[in-house]
Amino acid sequence: MASKLHGSVVSSQKNAFVSSSEKLTDKRRVAKMQTSGRAQAQAAEVTTPQESSRTSKLPELMTSSLVFSKRPFFLERSLQVQRTQPNSAGKFGKFGGKFVAETLIACLDQLEAVFAEVLHDEDFQEELEEALRDYIGRETPLYHARRLTEFYKSKNGGEGAEIFLKREDLCHGGSHKMNNAIAQAMIAKRIGRKLVLTATASGHHGIATASACAKLGLDCKIFMAAKDMEQQLSNVQLMTLLGAQVEGVDGQFKDAASEALRSWVGKMEESYHMTGTAVGPHPCPTLVRHFQSVIGRETRRQALEKWGGKPDALVACVGTGSNALGLFHEFIGDSDVRLVGVEAGGFGLESGRHASTLSKGEVGVYHGAMTYLLQDGDGQTIEPYSVAVGMQYPAVGPELSFLKEIGRAEFYSVTDQEALDAYERVCRLEGIYASLEASHAFGILGKLFPTLPKGGKVVVNCSARGDEDVDIVYKHKLFHGALKRTMAQTTPQ
Amino acid sequence: MAIALTSSFLQLKKCEVDFHTFYPSKKPIVSLRRYTTMAAISTTKSVGISETFNRLKREGKVAFIPYITAGDPDLSTTTEALKVLDSCGSDIIELGVPYSDPLADGPVIQAAATRSLGRGTNLDAIISMLKEVVPQLSCPIALFTYYNPILKRGTGRFMSTISNVGVHGLVVPDVPLEETTALRMEAKKHGIELVLLTTPTTPTDRMKAIVEAAEGFIYLVSSVGVTGTRASVSDKVQALLREIKETTTKPVAVGFGISKPEHAKLIAGWGADGVIVGSAMVKLLGEAKSPQDGLRELENFTKSLKSALP
Repeated sequence: MASKLHGSVVSSQKNAFVSSSEKLTDKRRVAKMQTSGRAQAQAAEVTTPQESSRTSKLPELMTSSLVFSKRPFFLERSLQVQRTQPNSAGKFGKFGGKFVAETLIACLDQLEAVFAEVLHDEDFQEELEEALRDYIGRETPLYHARRLTEFYKSKNGGEGAEIFLKREDLCHGGSHKMNNAIAQAMIAKRIGRKLVLTATASGHHGIATASACAKLGLDCKIFMAAKDMEQQLSNVQLMTLLGAQVEGVDGQFKDAASEALRSWVGKMEESYHMTGTAVGPHPCPTLVRHFQSVIGRETRRQALEKWGGKPDALVACVGTGSNALGLFHEFIGDSDVRLVGVEAGGFGLESGRHASTLSKGEVGVYHGAMTYLLQDGDGQTIEPYSVAVGMQYPAVGPELSFLKEIGRAEFYSVTDQEALDAYERVCRLEGIYASLEASHAFGILGKLFPTLPKGGKVVVNCSARGDEDVDIVYKHKLFHGALKRTMAQTTPQ
Repeated sequence: MAIALTSSFLQLKKCEVDFHTFYPSKKPIVSLRRYTTMAAISTTKSVGISETFNRLKREGKVAFIPYITAGDPDLSTTTEALKVLDSCGSDIIELGVPYSDPLADGPVIQAAATRSLGRGTNLDAIISMLKEVVPQLSCPIALFTYYNPILKRGTGRFMSTISNVGVHGLVVPDVPLEETTALRMEAKKHGIELVLLTTPTTPTDRMKAIVEAAEGFIYLVSSVGVTGTRASVSDKVQALLREIKETTTKPVAVGFGISKPEHAKLIAGWGADGVIVGSAMVKLLGEAKSPQDGLRELENFTKSLKSALP
């Protein structure tokens, strides 16, 4: 499996960075990039790209020249690490691509070109570094959750791995969403767009976008499902105070996202569509993943400092994939690091009311990308469900679909009840209130812990804070408390 | 006998023609059923899309192409609507397959899709309906559907299913040129003409590639945005039409936003070979007080649009 993994990883990388004139020097270029003997053997396995002649404008991030030039910390790349990059058609294997109306294609091409530009622009990178540090408050801590660790060890015969939390909930805005929002808002400003359009589920991304736009002096229009607006009223009020216009859409988050895409098609010249997460047509998933991958890069350095090694496993919740990819991406080439994604199991996988795309979905095309999707026999989208609004998406990022396909990442499901219990558990044992979305990642620890090496280290992405979810947790507690009392009363003694 | 010299692909076609339909030259088409395996000749039951355009060109006419969503308000109304549109002089009819997430469509067609799906419309039901109604129509049908339902069924199976009920063309708005290879291959195999779209934002060399690959006709999207009626037609369309016509002799039909006879006349005057009217039609049918009212208004509207065209 390891060689198959690296072969596909290397081949998809190779495809991304080769222009037609440089195809002849492929083998030499690939050989230069590899330093290990094993990697050199794999270079021979690299297959020729069979995509369109149009080349990706994404720069070659892996050349030796990058390592030696002075770069901000988040562009450091180890030559030994290989990661997934989309090929020139924006595909990870068969996933991804640009399945959108022809009208948008020119816009996507322009976005890809701008992205390639900013990656090399020192001024942009410095400005971004300053924003990440002084505005968002990075780097976020890697916190050793001792009591949580003790709790799981006690269930495991007194031994097991140490649990660390990557504290993305401590970012400005209360979630990891700001990493991406600030960078993309900077891009929007750079290309002269005055209006930023986006969609939000729980409101986290909406708040992050509204904040970033306020900081940069841009107008902001946010699409949100009407029912989510009711549930997350304080978030809506905050977005409005930050200067954004919030528009309600009938349906769920997926409908708000669709409306934002349609709005983009209609206002391409004046507006910038900000993707909040790693979905959508190329280059949106890659854009988002790139800006979120600071999470993983910091984790690698912090792990080295704290215990002189790497994590044995990374755990993150998967709604669409931005926080998961942000943590995972850095470690994709490290086959000794397990990548564990946790999806929303809702009322349970058999109930049909869940959002576990990678467990129960099939490959299809959604919102511009080929990816796993919850669909019925006719190819129509199934409405997903989860107590955590941010997990309610019927598809998933194409890069995660690819990681599942090649077996690099493992995906599990956690039900509403398990997530709610995890919310309470982390509150009581660590005094940390993680969002219901992040609670899904905590919810898998019970099953995962026995499979981890003794003395190993597991890093859980605490992707957002959960003070806004308190009323949902209470509603469920009250309901279940009442249910228990009723059952106790009615069950014959 | 309805024999047409098409491409040199091997084709198995069922030929089924009604006694009551006529060639434009008023000669009756004799009903017959046959299968043919001749390599260079295939029989088609009614005239295809390219041929319709050829005939119209000879007659100096511009094609009128209405669009309606199948199943809105219900499939039996759609059946009647197809007959009405046909009898009022539509040259090609675009029939939309409702989809849960229509990204290229504005509020009117979105609402139609939601209503239709709410009534349980699915592809199988639409196919059964087409099986009954297509033999009664004189103009060819092009299906308009998003990509995922095609993928789910399997591209080959999808093409053969629609071809078997007499559909001639297909428009898939969310597949970019690079991804159309599989679609085009299967479409050709089953005698379906795959229409491709080009837009005001498409750069010239890409437009040329699209035009080269398109079958049936080239769908020129008139404006940057989703479907939906607009107050006026952008005059960029005139320049785009000219550019496309310099590249190819294939017919070009303009769509998105056209809602009045004046629009249609203007576009025809600029040299378009066809005019597509969607949301305006869907709105009439969907928002009418009753299906009968809707059909009546549809008939009047169609006649007014058709009369504005040469």
